[in-house]
Amino acid sequence: MALLEAHRLHKRFGDRVVLEAIDLAFEEGRLSGIMGPNGAGKTTCFHVLTGRYRPDGGRIVFDGKDITGLTSRTIARMGISRSFQLMNLFDDFSALENVALAVPERRRQGFRMLRDTRQDSGVADKAVGVLARVGLNGKEHVIARNLSYGDRRALEIGVALAAEPRILFLDEPTSGLGTEATARLADLVRGLKEQLTLVIIEHNMRFLFDLADTVTVIHWGQVIARGTPDALRANKWVKASNLGKLA
Amino acid sequence: MKAGRSVIARLRGWMTEPMLIAFGVFGSVPFWISEVGLYPYLGVEVLVFCIFALGFNVLFGNTGLPSFGHGAFFGIGAYGMGLTQLHLVPNLWIGLLMATFVAAAFGAAVACFISHRRGIYFALMTIAFSQLFFFIASKWTSVTRGEDGLLNIRRLPADFGIVTFPLRSNAALYWFTFACFIVAVVLLWRLVNSPFGRVLQAIKQNEERVAFLGYDVWLYKWLSFVLSCAVAGFAGGIFAMGQGGAFVQVMSLQWSSVVVLMVLIGGGLVSFWGPVIGTVIYFIARDLLGAYTETWLLWFGLLFMAMVMFKPEGTAGLGANLSRRLMAVRVRAGTASVGAGGTGGM
Repeated sequence: MALLEAHRLHKRFGDRVVLEAIDLAFEEGRLSGIMGPNGAGKTTCFHVLTGRYRPDGGRIVFDGKDITGLTSRTIARMGISRSFQLMNLFDDFSALENVALAVPERRRQGFRMLRDTRQDSGVADKAVGVLARVGLNGKEHVIARNLSYGDRRALEIGVALAAEPRILFLDEPTSGLGTEATARLADLVRGLKEQLTLVIIEHNMRFLFDLADTVTVIHWGQVIARGTPDALRANKWVKASNLGKLA
Repeated sequence: MKAGRSVIARLRGWMTEPMLIAFGVFGSVPFWISEVGLYPYLGVEVLVFCIFALGFNVLFGNTGLPSFGHGAFFGIGAYGMGLTQLHLVPNLWIGLLMATFVAAAFGAAVACFISHRRGIYFALMTIAFSQLFFFIASKWTSVTRGEDGLLNIRRLPADFGIVTFPLRSNAALYWFTFACFIVAVVLLWRLVNSPFGRVLQAIKQNEERVAFLGYDVWLYKWLSFVLSCAVAGFAGGIFAMGQGGAFVQVMSLQWSSVVVLMVLIGGGLVSFWGPVIGTVIYFIARDLLGAYTETWLLWFGLLFMAMVMFKPEGTAGLGANLSRRLMAVRVRAGTASVGAGGTGGM
């Protein structure tokens, strides 16, 4: 049984059907990719899986537990973490504070009103460690809004990672990155792959096909193909939809 | 040696240089306030509103939730103090406790209805509730004495068991309020620098992301509101003793907006000390401009508009700019070394 499964997931906005009976399964320890043209429903799919939207039908099962319709807060606490397509940082906080806030230990101290945050050496050490993992060592005290675009992307992943998730969703992590930064990100993701389950939405086919164990192609709110990158390169749907040429 | 240093380090967690400066300045007020042509009671008013504004800023500047109805809770605290000593027991501590507790309880009830809101909707709801309380206070004359005000609220002595200090004179009440101010500043400073405070500041910046990190955003907003109401009630309790009565006017929309004005002018959105600076500016303006013209509030309002247009970060923001510029000059001259990471939140 997969770590996270979705059965016949439905989502519509008004009379517009965005997800239609989607079945997904993300195996533990694997890197699963999701691709598809703009407006195919990929990000909506993430939003439904991580509790931002309630599905209109279907079931989501995480580690054997039904999590359909739970709030994003509850889902996050169970070990499902995500980054956002449009960056979603705490702009006035330093890189370190951004990450520290996501550390579960800090969350458990959230109601301590007279404790000095500077005394939390445990949380701070963890946060420094996470920043080093995403390549932001030395930038701990830079305010998030002053970081470069690439560094902000890395911090976004750092925040998601600091929550110590069992499964991590990344929504278009390479968007807006140059070749060099994309290569660095690929190294980072390769390192993460050994430690946790990853699901990545991506337009950059080379990036995704190099890293993913399996890829699911979504179009018009439906799964039109799935398989290993090699199998998909040969798939007629993928070829016909022009996506294959880029890989 | 090492133990000594850690004690100092721990003490520094509770005391900062700006605190010492502020306490020094306010501690010297009784010695010169009459000399400069002002009067000791003004000092009481300033400190009471400093406490009120500091508590309000937990909600406003830190959590980013605009309440335009906090005067209601200040007023509830004033009535709480009055009713307790008139009908229950004439004891200062119990009176202050009741003022704080009753305001917090009303705040808790209101917060249940508004904690899922933010921005303009939140603001409108706070106005609606404060109007509700205002009209109850002005119409329920058997309890509040309506427009006449709840009179004969006494300045009860501060009883510490072994020693008792009478607070009847303005000077004595000033010292008492000053002590309350110190406690409030230290506790609120810790609060905004605690893990809890960080969550509030994160909610201000990006509420949804906080939820996605597994925090119960609703509960944090609720608590922030209740805490600020408790502090408002506490300040209202002292104010009732200062004025010798509780009056419905402090619950009006106008008074509620005064505290917003104070916090914004002082720079509460960027600095812990903004509310204090703003309160001082407000009262100085009231007494100095007020001495020249009846229409001082007009000029103050214009000052406020200029501030919002040209320097939304308020006086504290101006100060921060100035010190940064000074620092830059000194660095160019090579006389100062700059440490990294100067967020500090001073």
